[in-house]
Amino acid sequence: MALPEPSGRLDRRALCRAVLADRGDMLVIAGLGAPAWDITAVGDCAANLPLWGGMGGAAMIGLGLALAQPLRRVLVITGDGEMLMGLGSLATIAVTRPPNLAILVQDNEHYGETGMQATHTHHGVDLVAMARGAGFARTLLVTRPEQVPDLRAAIHGAGLLFALAKIGAGAPPPVLPPRDGAFLQARLRETILGPAAHHQS
Amino acid sequence: MPTEDDAGTWPDRLYDLLKAHAITQVALVPDAGHARLIRRCLADPALSVVTLTTEEEGVAMLCGAWLGGAKGVLLMQSSGVGNCVNMLSLALLHRTPLPMLVTMRGDFGEFNPAQVPMGSAAQAVLEAMGTLVRRADRAEDVVPTADATIRLAFNTFRPTATLIGQRVIGAKTFGKD
Repeated sequence: MALPEPSGRLDRRALCRAVLADRGDMLVIAGLGAPAWDITAVGDCAANLPLWGGMGGAAMIGLGLALAQPLRRVLVITGDGEMLMGLGSLATIAVTRPPNLAILVQDNEHYGETGMQATHTHHGVDLVAMARGAGFARTLLVTRPEQVPDLRAAIHGAGLLFALAKIGAGAPPPVLPPRDGAFLQARLRETILGPAAHHQS
Repeated sequence: MPTEDDAGTWPDRLYDLLKAHAITQVALVPDAGHARLIRRCLADPALSVVTLTTEEEGVAMLCGAWLGGAKGVLLMQSSGVGNCVNMLSLALLHRTPLPMLVTMRGDFGEFNPAQVPMGSAAQAVLEAMGTLVRRADRAEDVVPTADATIRLAFNTFRPTATLIGQRVIGAKTFGKD
């Protein structure tokens, strides 16, 4: 259960911890900035790919991975600013309809790494409505702690999912993952493909 | 060794090349120069063919494909190169094999002025972002050049591009021949 901040909104780290508890062999892509720090705070592991760049691309990385590994559940955790930069990918993903992909936007309505400037969601832009309009059959809007178990069940279940959780603007201390992208890619490939990962051509 | 039918069949032989390289994901923003290859790919149920809203989506998608052990290729027109620039940093950072097949506009008998700036800049922009680029300006060079750049991508872990010259494809004239 993700407890609220004093703001009344969900605490991002508690939400992330609840969503990733008992994650099994789920593969997790995290958008640059706070979502990458969040999954690392919960526990860095080979099945995590925290991003350091490529803003706007997190969901599409999830799509490529989900298509490549149809038997593994893939979760993309990203922020509202990162998702806003890749809105077209919502259409691309909804049309492609991978049944093993879940996207969770942690929406604090701000650009957290650059000085907490407001994003468009702060001014009413509704990413859940945009996902629905793109064709996501299943969407979830989470605003209260008591909804988190349903969110976790949807993320860990089957089917394409777009979920958005309204989180507080509190910024817990960064917990930095490894910075070498080649290492991050190689360890994720190895955890999926075994040692053969390093001999693929 | 050029064959008589290179001029007409290189798209079909590009499709054969993708299959020979065990490519399973094809990400694309359509271009008339790739229309025949796209039709062949769409007709193949073993390929995941994904039409993108913008080319940078394809860069990210193929980074994800490789994470999962799948090989992909990105098809686009030269104007799409400009849409990929920052996303290419992912492939450089992760050392992801990322072959691109780019049909050129604005470089040989172009009709549309808007195609010239990005057509002229495409190679420099790709190279500025660490992409190994080779050009094919004759029909018989298209398949060997694509083969070479696909091999370079997967054998040496980097973004690569074959630029297929407008001289090969023919310039669209909107009926104003």
